[in-house]
Amino acid sequence: MTAPKVLGGFVVNGERHQTAFQPHRTLLEVLREDLDLTGTKHGCELGECGACTVLVDGTPVLSCLVLALEAQGKDVTTIEGLADGPDLHPLQDFFAELGASQCGYCSAGFMLAAKKLLEDNPDPTRDEIRRALSGNICRCTGYIKIFEAVELAARRLRGEDATPSREALHGQ
Amino acid sequence: MGSDGTSGADRPEGKHMHAVDPATLQVIGKPWRKVDARSRVTGQTRFADDLKLPRMLFCKLLRSTVAHARIVSVDTSAAEALPGVHAVLRGEELPNTFGILPVSQDEHTLCYDKVRFIGDPVVAIAAVDEDTAWDACRLVKVEYEKLDVVTDVFEAAKQEDNRIHDYGRGGNLHRQEHLEFGDMDAGFAESDLVREDVFFFEGNTHLPMEEHSTLAFRDPDGKVTVMSSTQTPHYLHKALSKVLVDHVPAHKIRVIACPNGGGFGGKSDPFNHEIAAAALSIKTGRPVKITLTREEVFQTHRGRHPVLMKSRIGVTKTGRIKALDFETHLDGGAYGSYGTASTFYTGALQTVTYPVENYHFRGARWFTNKAPCGPKRGHGTPQPRFGLEVQLDKIAVELGINPAVLRRQNLVDAHSLTANWMRIGSMGLGTCIDKVVEGSGFLERWGKQPYGKGIGIACSSYLSGAGLPIYWNAMPHSGVQLKLDRSGLVTVFCGSTDIGQGSNSILAYIVAEVFGLEPQDLRIVTSDTDLTPVDLGSYSSRVTVMTGNAALQAAERAREMIVGPVADKLEVPKGRLTFAGGRVFDCEDPERGMSFAEAVQIAEAKLGTLGTTGSYRPPRAAARFKGGGVGPSPSYSYTAAIVEVDVDPETGIYKVPKIWVAHDIGRALNPALVVGQVEGSVYMGLGEAMMEEMSYRGNRFGVHKIPSMLEYKTPTSMEMPEVVTWIVEDPDPNGPFGAKEAGQGPLLPIMPAVANAVYDAVGVRVDEVPVTPEKVFDAMQKKARGQEGRYGPNELPSIEWPEPRRVRTPWQGGTGVEVEREATEARS
Amino acid sequence: MLRLPRFTYHRPTSAAEAVKIAADHGPASQYVAGGTDLYPNMKRRVQTPTEVIALSGCADLVGVSGSAAEGITVGAMTTLTSLEKDPALQAAHPALVHAASVISTPLLRNMGTIGGNLLLDTRCNYYDQSHEWRESISFCMKCSGDTCWVAPSSPRCWAVQSSDTVPLLCAVGAEVSLIGPEGERRIPVADLYQDDGIAFTTKKPGELLTHLHLPAVDGTWRASYRKLRRRDTFDFPVLGIGAWLRFDGDVCTAAEIRIGGAGSYAIPATKTAELLIGEKLVAGDAAAEERITAAAQEAFKPTRAMDNTDHFASWRKKMAPVFVARALRDCLG
Ligand SMILES: Cc1cc2nc3c(=O)[nH]c(=O)nc-3n(C[C@H](O)[C@H](O)[C@H](O)COP(=O)(O)OP(=O)(O)OC[C@H]3O[C@@H](n4cnc5c(N)ncnc54)[C@H](O)[C@@H]3O)c2cc1C
Ligand code: SF4
Ligand code: FES
Ligand code: FES
Repeated sequence: MTAPKVLGGFVVNGERHQTAFQPHRTLLEVLREDLDLTGTKHGCELGECGACTVLVDGTPVLSCLVLALEAQGKDVTTIEGLADGPDLHPLQDFFAELGASQCGYCSAGFMLAAKKLLEDNPDPTRDEIRRALSGNICRCTGYIKIFEAVELAARRLRGEDATPSREALHGQ
Repeated sequence: MGSDGTSGADRPEGKHMHAVDPATLQVIGKPWRKVDARSRVTGQTRFADDLKLPRMLFCKLLRSTVAHARIVSVDTSAAEALPGVHAVLRGEELPNTFGILPVSQDEHTLCYDKVRFIGDPVVAIAAVDEDTAWDACRLVKVEYEKLDVVTDVFEAAKQEDNRIHDYGRGGNLHRQEHLEFGDMDAGFAESDLVREDVFFFEGNTHLPMEEHSTLAFRDPDGKVTVMSSTQTPHYLHKALSKVLVDHVPAHKIRVIACPNGGGFGGKSDPFNHEIAAAALSIKTGRPVKITLTREEVFQTHRGRHPVLMKSRIGVTKTGRIKALDFETHLDGGAYGSYGTASTFYTGALQTVTYPVENYHFRGARWFTNKAPCGPKRGHGTPQPRFGLEVQLDKIAVELGINPAVLRRQNLVDAHSLTANWMRIGSMGLGTCIDKVVEGSGFLERWGKQPYGKGIGIACSSYLSGAGLPIYWNAMPHSGVQLKLDRSGLVTVFCGSTDIGQGSNSILAYIVAEVFGLEPQDLRIVTSDTDLTPVDLGSYSSRVTVMTGNAALQAAERAREMIVGPVADKLEVPKGRLTFAGGRVFDCEDPERGMSFAEAVQIAEAKLGTLGTTGSYRPPRAAARFKGGGVGPSPSYSYTAAIVEVDVDPETGIYKVPKIWVAHDIGRALNPALVVGQVEGSVYMGLGEAMMEEMSYRGNRFGVHKIPSMLEYKTPTSMEMPEVVTWIVEDPDPNGPFGAKEAGQGPLLPIMPAVANAVYDAVGVRVDEVPVTPEKVFDAMQKKARGQEGRYGPNELPSIEWPEPRRVRTPWQGGTGVEVEREATEARS
Repeated sequence: MLRLPRFTYHRPTSAAEAVKIAADHGPASQYVAGGTDLYPNMKRRVQTPTEVIALSGCADLVGVSGSAAEGITVGAMTTLTSLEKDPALQAAHPALVHAASVISTPLLRNMGTIGGNLLLDTRCNYYDQSHEWRESISFCMKCSGDTCWVAPSSPRCWAVQSSDTVPLLCAVGAEVSLIGPEGERRIPVADLYQDDGIAFTTKKPGELLTHLHLPAVDGTWRASYRKLRRRDTFDFPVLGIGAWLRFDGDVCTAAEIRIGGAGSYAIPATKTAELLIGEKLVAGDAAAEERITAAAQEAFKPTRAMDNTDHFASWRKKMAPVFVARALRDCLG
């Protein structure tokens, strides 16, 4: 059985896209394979890792379990849309600064989940950060640098001084 | 001077040590961003599955659904007839075997005679899209003649006639090693306390976030390019050359290792799917991509061997190890992989932390019908390290010595030889122990906290690269080429592969340091067998030391080329020229100088096109006996860790709130990267300690119980404790600027430290990894019933051992060869 | 990449329209809410509807209405995140909010709905596996095969009730509304389920769950949910205890305890409840503590932990009394 393709339109990172795909294709597949937005990753395709996280109308969801059709007419933000032109988003800047992105495969998912957290809660505690990021798995970093990067990004977004601690970069 | 206050000055100087004056370092030792950080955080890093080419086909493998069987027939006709299918590849088409080690070339790209585990590939199909390839796989009919399934070492020993392979030591015994150093009887006789313990370390897997992926294509001129998520492009190139020998010659195969989305050892074998994609690209003339599903990643595995082990140890009243008798049984899974090396590794590094006066090692690796095991972070050494460190904890309790003190007072000497002829270089473990003990208040807390609260310590060591390559040859392990451009650009070419650990950045830091440039100014070209000189790969923590030394040599050679012409031009003695801040100048008159680009131009005008090479081979090992090739390393890193636990006595559930860890890195080329590696290792070790396990159902056809991200449990952001990290710098003469490894060592002490902390909390021993709540609970219940408060194995398979290879220890006046050979060598 | 099988997609804009589409297509069709249960199952080929009816366009199924005193109603399409963050629910039904907040992950809760959670498929680690994996056990009774590998001599399937809200909602006596080709009905949540791993709901073919009705809050009862799982995120319950106690002063006048994650439905711990009714139960009182511990012991027997989830089954069973006791203590004033 081959269901006919349908024409889907969405706004991705502020740009309008139209593309035709079969109904069973997920947003993950269409973003990566049809729109060449390969910054969104996948590690399980079953909702079990968070690598495929994107924002749909501002809410972080798992693109491996959302049909592309369900994103029709919505606003999708991927990692490619996080930076402001050449200027890195504070999350990106501190992920880079602290090494919160080792292989980087999980980073897009973490940063998009964190973006929403910081919008809802500009001054989260470490515990709130843990919780907000508890749908994303990272196998490289041990999460600590990710927590620290989110904390620093929050500070900068609040307009406060955001300098990494000596211990974060040098150990004790 | 290391930050710990120990001095490197009285140590033998390595050939590069003279170049380092820590006070003047401009790049080394600073927390630079990684050179590719921007690309990683913006989603621009192109992993293998992100690649796409015109006319690309998608490949799927049909894998065996039975664990052990002879293949009677394979009917692919219906699959071939399915619209959209472009090619079907069958096993007989590629009869040559491959495997990572020359001694175990036991894999076929696709099985055609026999399948050995659930997931063994049988047919590969290339189609217009993945959906079609998947459908086509369902149309293939494979008839199997089922054989009995072997799922653990006891079964492997018992089912002697049901052989999984027809090579090895007979039955299902793949390897058997037997080594003896010194006089065991004398050692035990001199001991005040002798203990024997049996431990089990369950297998676990790397679980890189990126599922393996490969894109292969054929150029119009017949050359084949394979772009893959591999940690070892050079070895993949060798395997491709061997299997595809009738289709394309070695020099027409190009392997490009893509950035890896995590590796941890899981992408260091050449794999069926890589070769199948290459073969299908030849067959179809079109690009072919294959990306594994998560379940297939579990089947591809090559992770931690399950190891059953027995340790008999004799110590003095102060805890000095007089004799250590260690026996390991590795459950190897269905293929050889790195298993021969793994077997030796379960015996190699017991001696490099605390002096072992007499040492006896027996190691056996068994074939079983499970996904093949191989190297995972710490390769073969975490399992015996767990056994040894838990056993020492028990000894400390018996001797009434604090376990931190027991360790601290029994350390190997720096720049010494061990019983099994490992040559220790710098050794900062004492400082590491002091840091974590002081930071955690261990002495005040151990044994003194309320019931349920516990604290445990363990130490470890790991190699900075293997002393020998995987196939015997006299060529360098690592090569670097530098190209210096008139624009002032320095391009570094090296075969190494960045798997997230930052190896590209290390190349940049080292070369930038020598030229006084900023790391971001360089271009780093790596892991492309057509363009870059060979580096053996990102495994065994070899990259920083080996590529670093090669890069340093290449850079120093290039600097030497520039210095002459520039000195002439500036009319300054060569020795006064300094490279810093993008300039070359007279250190006594900094105004007198020029930009680095001008310096290159002057040198190029004088000498012609500028380029240099550098290469590295580890120093000759002291161990010269057969089997002594595994374990020697240019240097050893050291780690001490202390873990705190809170155990709920009602359930056995425990939490780990905090970990203190100190790692002797030699010198931190970039402290931020070191802290990152330490935290990542602690995390992964904690996963192994608490929950990770590759579990199979032996009674249900040998299926993997839980091949998914959800059910294969790994710690999440919720479980990750606070980690306090110290970087201890005790520069090693063999390392570039004194550096040693950081990527694997800090994982090792976590598992035993957790088990030891649980004992401190509730007084029971879980002599098994993972230390799960149900095991803690079970041991507590046994204790409450008046039985031994312990959960763990009691016995090993009983087998015959060949005569040991006997080697005298250095202090017995040995020479590093077997006793028999010593005699012949003396005669000649 | 693991992909979905092919299907036709429908997107009705009201519950009535959805029911009609389902009726037209019969068993080949299935509703999808957040898709966090259905799509993984489809990717694993354990559920393969060829007609997928998305409920995301049905505005009449979303939202929280009513009052604590009269009873709050939650639309089936309300996401777990909205439920968790709803101020009225937080105030009136903290145990439900807690149960929802320990489901899966924040990302999945942004997608998953309460309706989907109520109708979550039962789970078993012989069943929640890919097509290829299941082929290697020749499939099982719940999908395409005839043996139950958990208990091969058993004539039934033992797949596990795994929704976190269900044990609690059964215990507190919540109700649900359904509409189907035969009209509307409203039933207790507890009656939505039956003790079978395959036919685990009493929902009729084509029936659509529209609303969840929570009991009125009158200050006479307290409830709690306690979950056992390996990690504090992602994991399904391997034991999920819903407890509800009604009091007259300090005396317990009614009790309902449901054991989830340990059988094919949320098992009532009847004996435990009986032992508590008529007893004086005050927090911190030693006698009450003892009574609770003793009553909780009775939860051991009905707990049917089998070797088809995470953790040793024997340990899970032993943990039932511990977790029941903890949930009961939560309910004391
Ligand atoms: C990694 C992972 C972890 C998870 N952990 C947990 C956990 O810890 N606890 C837990 O409870 N759940 C867990 N879940 C399961 C799931 O996410 C939740 O149960 C969620 O609430 C399901 O809702 P949904 O809207 O996504 O359901 P869907 O997948 O859309 O639907 C589930 C089922 O209900 C049917 N259905 C849905 N809505 C209706 C309706 N209104 N009327 C009739 N039928 C309907 C569908 O046809 C389908 O059969 C987990 C899932 C994943 C992938
Ligand atoms: S309980 Fe038995 S029948 Fe049911 S899903 Fe599991 S194995 Fe299949
Ligand atoms: S790929 Fe979507 S959660 Fe793993
Ligand atoms: S940085 Fe590699 S998985 Fe997170």
